[in-house]
Amino acid sequence: MELVIQQLLLGLTNGMVFALIALGYTMVYGILELINFAHGDLFMLASFLALTLVGLFGLGDASGGTLAVGLVGVIVVCALFAAGLNWVVDRVVYKPLRKAPKLAPLVSAIGVSFVFMNLGLFWGGLPMDEFGGGVAPAAPKSFPELLPNINLLGEDATLRVTPKDLLVIVSSLVVMAALFWFVNRTKLGKAMRATAQNPVAARLMGIDVDKVIGATFLIGGALAGFAAVIYSLYINTINFQMGYQNGLYAFTAAVLGGIGNIRGAVLGGLVIGLLRAFSDQFIGAQWQPAILFGTLILILVFRPTGLLGSTAREKV
Amino acid sequence: MSEPLLSLSAVHTSYGNIEALHGIDLVVYPGEIVCLIGANGAGKTTTLMSISGCVKTRSGTIRFDGKDITQMPSDRIVRLGLAQSPEGRKIFPRLTVLENLEMGAFIRDDKAGIAADIERVIALFPILGERRHQAGGTLSGGEQQMLAVGRAMMSRPKLLLLDEPSLGLAPLIVLKIFEVIKTLNAEGTTILLVEQNARMALRHSHRGYVLETGAITMADKADVLLADPRVQAAYLGEGDH
Ligand SMILES: Nc1ncnc2c1ncn2[C@@H]1O[C@H](COP(=O)(O)OP(=O)(O)OP(=O)(O)O)[C@@H](O)[C@H]1O
Ligand SMILES: [Mg+2]
Repeated sequence: MELVIQQLLLGLTNGMVFALIALGYTMVYGILELINFAHGDLFMLASFLALTLVGLFGLGDASGGTLAVGLVGVIVVCALFAAGLNWVVDRVVYKPLRKAPKLAPLVSAIGVSFVFMNLGLFWGGLPMDEFGGGVAPAAPKSFPELLPNINLLGEDATLRVTPKDLLVIVSSLVVMAALFWFVNRTKLGKAMRATAQNPVAARLMGIDVDKVIGATFLIGGALAGFAAVIYSLYINTINFQMGYQNGLYAFTAAVLGGIGNIRGAVLGGLVIGLLRAFSDQFIGAQWQPAILFGTLILILVFRPTGLLGSTAREKV
Repeated sequence: MSEPLLSLSAVHTSYGNIEALHGIDLVVYPGEIVCLIGANGAGKTTTLMSISGCVKTRSGTIRFDGKDITQMPSDRIVRLGLAQSPEGRKIFPRLTVLENLEMGAFIRDDKAGIAADIERVIALFPILGERRHQAGGTLSGGEQQMLAVGRAMMSRPKLLLLDEPSLGLAPLIVLKIFEVIKTLNAEGTTILLVEQNARMALRHSHRGYVLETGAITMADKADVLLADPRVQAAYLGEGDH
């Protein structure tokens, strides 16, 4: 029983991170029908920025209030960085291709993904102490354990719940609640859903569709930046390929949930997280990809639009 | 007469290499209901979409309320007071009826005024009140049409473009829509109406234009067009009185 709950916790924490990244894929797809392949690598770059900032601020030795303030600062800077970078990429790379065939921005997104990955490689090669100076650029960098690695249930308890688990789950829930509030309750949020559902009608309502697209990239980027910080704090190691791996999980989550659907992305992220945890524990890690993609295929066979895709009457 | 509210002069619009409008001249004066009739594919929708800035014109000038709007982006045109209820309704399917109406008022910030106008739309189309929390995509065709007209009213436009508002509707609902058009006009909204139902449209309009394969072939007072044998032969089939 404890084992099941332990894996549930592991699945949830990982799933939250996948969900946060999946939201960025799904929101952009919803509005542009573009799979932004660079999104995972944006997440990776934000982790490198997080590690750099942790070093610059000397957070490795900080504790208590200083650490808390510092972490909030790192989250804010990384979210702003990823939001801004995502926005710039849209303006410079995707926007000129709005009227081109869909394949053109898609191939460009793959190009941006490679550019980001090589930036990550370059960044990892910088002679910074926090990167373990001298270690090869491609080598994983260790991200300091800033949160106490203790069991909140007591060190003797069989079930292990750490402050890191709580941080990931609680802060993700808060961020997602804020996103849902924004999308469902604010004027700009409603305009985003309207633009995704019918861009021509949105124009006829006086909505500046370009601005709405820009806002979508900003928000998706900010979510990836936030996810990068909490994931790095949780997993304590980063490398230039982590965006590719996690991006693939997140993209799968978005498709599983119904690409373009915001609730679907969250649901998909959690499903992928839980599937991974349980298949690793009870079936074997070597079977994980087979289980994941087998499930994806099964779901798409029976529900081609994904779990909450547009045949369901769910609101976006 | 006063200055036109809307004027098109020599407007050419193409899709790729195919020219759909071959130089349209059209004026609408403040307070008028003007209808634009023509066969399928004549270019009626293209004309309205050119005015709203959703398709780019190749040459010619479109002026609205004293400003050149030929190259203006659609959202700025709406802000000048020109709204459209488009062909095929284009309701936001997964927004509720209320949210659809709110989107119609996107350019406005006066919360109280928006709420009052939502009530006004509901007073005109009571069924929308009953369906207010339902997703737009789940409404019937007629209900969606009412929602599209109501949504276009929500920006309080000076000029309202209506593209086939009666298409596919039961006769009673068609009457209802035309009644609302009359009411809006009496309250000061100028209207440019595209209709398949030419007889009904001409009866409710001050003036009319006939569009044939991308060019205006007739322009006159509505009752003159109604009496014209060519219009009667082409657009007012016997029997549908
Ligand atoms: N998106 C498009 N791409 C290419 N050609 C188009 C497009 N839209 C319209 N056309 C062409 O332009 C011409 C005018 O079409 P338009 O839709 O304006 O006609 P309409 O008068 O509104 O017809 P209907 O009464 O059927 O609505 C037609 O020949 C049509 O095939
Ligand atoms: Mg048409």
